[in-house]
Amino acid sequence: MRQYCVAIVGSGPSGFFAAASLLKAADASDRIEVAVDMLEMLPTPWGLVRCGVAPDHPKIKSVSQQFEKTAADRRFRFFGNIKLGEHIEAAELAERYDAVIYAVGAQSDHCLNIPGEQLPGSVAAVDFVGWYNAHPHFEQMSPDLSGARAVVVGNGNVAVDVARMLVTDPDVLALTDIADHALASLRPCSVEEVLLIGRRGALQSAFTTLELRELGALKGVDVVVDPAQLEGISDDDAAAAGKIAKQNIKVLRDYASRAPRPGHRRIVLRFLTSPIEINGDGKVESIVLGRNELVSDDSGRMVAKDTGAREELPVQLVVRSVGYRGVPTPGLPFDEKRGTIPHTAGRVAGSRNEYVVGWIKRGPTGVIGTNKKDSQDTVDTLLNDLAGAWHPEPAAFGGDRADKLAQWLTSRQPELITAAHWQAIDRFEREAGEPHRRPRVKVTSLSELLRIGHG
Amino acid sequence: MTYVIAESCVDIKDKACIEECPVDCIYEGARMLYIHPDECVDCGACEPVCPVESIYYEDDLPSEFSEYTQINADFFADLGSPGGAAKIGTTENDPIAVKNLESRAQALP
Repeated sequence: MRQYCVAIVGSGPSGFFAAASLLKAADASDRIEVAVDMLEMLPTPWGLVRCGVAPDHPKIKSVSQQFEKTAADRRFRFFGNIKLGEHIEAAELAERYDAVIYAVGAQSDHCLNIPGEQLPGSVAAVDFVGWYNAHPHFEQMSPDLSGARAVVVGNGNVAVDVARMLVTDPDVLALTDIADHALASLRPCSVEEVLLIGRRGALQSAFTTLELRELGALKGVDVVVDPAQLEGISDDDAAAAGKIAKQNIKVLRDYASRAPRPGHRRIVLRFLTSPIEINGDGKVESIVLGRNELVSDDSGRMVAKDTGAREELPVQLVVRSVGYRGVPTPGLPFDEKRGTIPHTAGRVAGSRNEYVVGWIKRGPTGVIGTNKKDSQDTVDTLLNDLAGAWHPEPAAFGGDRADKLAQWLTSRQPELITAAHWQAIDRFEREAGEPHRRPRVKVTSLSELLRIGHG
Repeated sequence: MTYVIAESCVDIKDKACIEECPVDCIYEGARMLYIHPDECVDCGACEPVCPVESIYYEDDLPSEFSEYTQINADFFADLGSPGGAAKIGTTENDPIAVKNLESRAQALP
């Protein structure tokens, strides 16, 4: 029986699903044993489940209980606060471990590429989401939420999350694990209107029906849809566009039929609209919107075409949410166009024993569960490779390889966060939340996280 | 509220949904698959992968399938909340309304 040591870089859903698949495969086999070391740049695990999923979605966040089950396996180790390209290199991991799986996600976003995008008050959803979720990298962001109108550019679930956070009753948010600094900024309820714009039509929007319908149930909030935007869409059109589009149109028609209520804050959904330019003297003051029409491209896909019509609206906050994007991983190939690591069936192009899972493999699409099958596919390739090839025991490691790997990691980053350290952070946050009926009060500062973790 | 599997799954059981479910809450009966209403975390991964479009969020269930919310729940009357379908495998707990459905197997191409 051969024991394989596998490193997984990144501790979000795709990393944890890959770990679970590996351990399960080892359980089912009498030929292999597997040990998994998960390496994470932050002191905290769970990736976007901790720092991406909106704080008012505790049910989805509860998927972390699955990750805790995996982490409790005696063959699994967590090492946080260790960064690839800073403490360790990809080539070193590939040399010391039998296989390395990269689960680093998509850590950046697509720009709008319009004038004024860099003005203070124009922010990326990936940053804004990290900020309200207490991601340590965005602690200092402090966006100005004192304006009356915000424009959210994009028609996906992240855009909907951002819009919802901006107008949700702060007393509701106060019972979640939202970052304290975000709650304080949202307390005055200055934002009266969120304009959610999408360049294509209602039929092409990428919301899931559940997220779209949730907007209509927000206390003290009207969802405004101009009925004229839905006029040309027949029941047959909706049915032809697929089950989810059909359900979305049904919800949108309901919104279009509602009368606005005085004193309510508003989420306005506007389709066939693109941002053209952001204006302001030292900060965002207005946005120029362009009106689009739908035309069919060469492949028959409906695309947005600028009609030339323009409108300028006063606005104080612009959040762009037009897609996450992967960033290059030091020491690995990168497909600039797609923002992913090129691979074949999960094995990194040109590599013997490096693999990819999740968003850095296939791009930022799908929901949490989508990553389970995706990770399983890569693990299938990995196990096949291990079975088919003769892997020499890495020379640097004799008998007690796992201990030596841990010693090596510690020598590179003496401030490692182990599972026990993370458990101390976890306990601290949960206990801080208890008196306030919150699931946890998140610690945002990196130094504070390390202090609590190291005890 | 939860996702629900409706009648078009009967005698199909494609199981693509099971591969996507991050909490392993989709259980197999003799005739169809069932989502555990208390174990589902509403992530929605299963819905778009079903080849026969059998999965709906409860609120979106077409009226002809409205009883399937209860049917999914009834499957677990004896099973309770096992906390994972893999270790349970196939059981014969299909509610009577599903058991009595005419076989669809022959109708398939």
